[in-house]
Amino acid sequence: MRFDLQVIASWIEPGSRVLDLGCGNGDLLEYLKKHKQVIGTGIEFSEEKAARCIERGLTVLQGDFRQEVRDYPEGRFDVVVLSQTLQQISDPKELLIDLLWIGKRVIVSFPNFAHWSARLQILFTGMAPITDQLPYEWYNTPNIRVISIKDFKRFLRLFGVRTVREMAINTHHHDYKGTIVRSFKNLRATYGIMMLERVT
Amino acid sequence: MTNAAGAAPKPLLVERKHLTFAAPPEEMVLDCGARLGPITLAYETLGELNPKRTNAILILHAFSGDSHVAGYLHEGDERPGWWDNMVGPGKPVDTNRYFVICANILGGCAGSTGPSSTNPATGKPYGLSFPMVTIKDMVRAQKHLIDHLGITKLMSLIGGSVGGMQVLRWCADYPAMVGSAIPLATTARHSAQAIAFNEVARQAIMADPEWNNGDYYAGAGPTHGLAVARMIGHVTYLSDESMREKFGRRLHRSALSFDFTGDFQVESYLHHQGKKFVNRFDANSLLYITKAADYFDLERGGGNLLVNEALADVPFLVVSFTSDWLYPTYQSRDIVSALKKNGSDVSFCEIEAQWGHDAFLMPNKRLDGLISGFLDRVYHEHCL
Repeated sequence: MRFDLQVIASWIEPGSRVLDLGCGNGDLLEYLKKHKQVIGTGIEFSEEKAARCIERGLTVLQGDFRQEVRDYPEGRFDVVVLSQTLQQISDPKELLIDLLWIGKRVIVSFPNFAHWSARLQILFTGMAPITDQLPYEWYNTPNIRVISIKDFKRFLRLFGVRTVREMAINTHHHDYKGTIVRSFKNLRATYGIMMLERVT
Repeated sequence: MTNAAGAAPKPLLVERKHLTFAAPPEEMVLDCGARLGPITLAYETLGELNPKRTNAILILHAFSGDSHVAGYLHEGDERPGWWDNMVGPGKPVDTNRYFVICANILGGCAGSTGPSSTNPATGKPYGLSFPMVTIKDMVRAQKHLIDHLGITKLMSLIGGSVGGMQVLRWCADYPAMVGSAIPLATTARHSAQAIAFNEVARQAIMADPEWNNGDYYAGAGPTHGLAVARMIGHVTYLSDESMREKFGRRLHRSALSFDFTGDFQVESYLHHQGKKFVNRFDANSLLYITKAADYFDLERGGGNLLVNEALADVPFLVVSFTSDWLYPTYQSRDIVSALKKNGSDVSFCEIEAQWGHDAFLMPNKRLDGLISGFLDRVYHEHCL
């Protein structure tokens, strides 16, 4: 399992109700079900991946999670997971509001745009950076939002969202190995992971 | 197919059984207010009910189906049941593990009480004196059968199209008896378009002079009207793409005829389907069943009957097909959206398929995997 998903899994209490947005082949859900007796649901856009999840015995809805999150009642889930997708959302603020409505807590992981390798590329080449975490050209990238850990924290402060836990990690796009970054996070970490809670 | 020893496996034989209930004065009270009885349901079972009675799956057939879901009725029988690719030993609905039940619907014409049955009060076929039945009435009759078999909770209910409506009606009316549910290519409320096609089919039958207000059982009956009704049905079961691929503009003769005997392969296909149907289906049954489908609406009165806390822990698998324009995907998504309001355990998949509404009956590896994976989970989590 991807390193950021391992961190996320370690934050989830046994027996919780979990919604995994963009659950892919269902690796996180399968792990949580097996090791943490979690009651999980996934939403996945691709027919093939959604079908594979259902075949493995997971509860998964095929569809666009931006639409699908709207029908659930308030507080339906203990945790909603949004991993490595926030940078692809056109209305991230509205999405987070929706997620904090259906989930008591929301865990978000995203690639840190302010990592030193990206900074150096802009500085020395004067071009949009291409990194392991953001491996696309400007004209074909699905990543329409550039987010740094610092930007995201500012955003949370601005909109009154409480951060329950946070961690900065150094890992590659799909790697199962990684390290926790404890200092100069916004410079040295490739991903940020945060657990959020609505301020009521 | 051969087994390891090289010999052809013995065909799976099934027996059609009958259950009669609601004998007067205990007739069943129908939605329309009428009383009906006695009622007979024809049904077949496959596999063995386990000692705890937790492995029963009820399969609900679509409008023109019958209780013969899989296997063969006798040695030398050449045609297996209508869902033989899905149901049987080692198949997705594995009869080595599950006890499968399928009954002909109330109002049908394959062994269950319907308009072609004899009215005990007159000794003659009911015809139009048969009371109007609804999907709810069909399900109410099925519940008698399930009670009779000593099953208090079904492990799963599976059905496509009108069968899917029955699945949903079971969920609305007897949620405590539903262990899980698989509604396929169906809807929670019949759309204007679906009602429109049904009405044209009914008018085709009623315009046939041989229909004779439903009183035709002494003769051949409205064979032409029934064939036309079936042709209309078949158009709605296919899709633009599947017709283009299957027939295109190909002729079924060497040159244009310049008359009205039919030139195109698509025409001869529809004629053939119509003719075949006349031999096995009763025109009045078509009228009653299409009307029951048209009346089906789980949202009548504002609320949605699927939004029910009693369904909160029932696993659902909802499936639609991309080219199905009779019950398009948005109608399945409406079902999903209602179930999510309970926080139900609901999975959904829209399968890419070109065969239109018919796709749910065609062999399809994706559908096989979904159904077997889902049932396997339900079996291990809820039935052992």
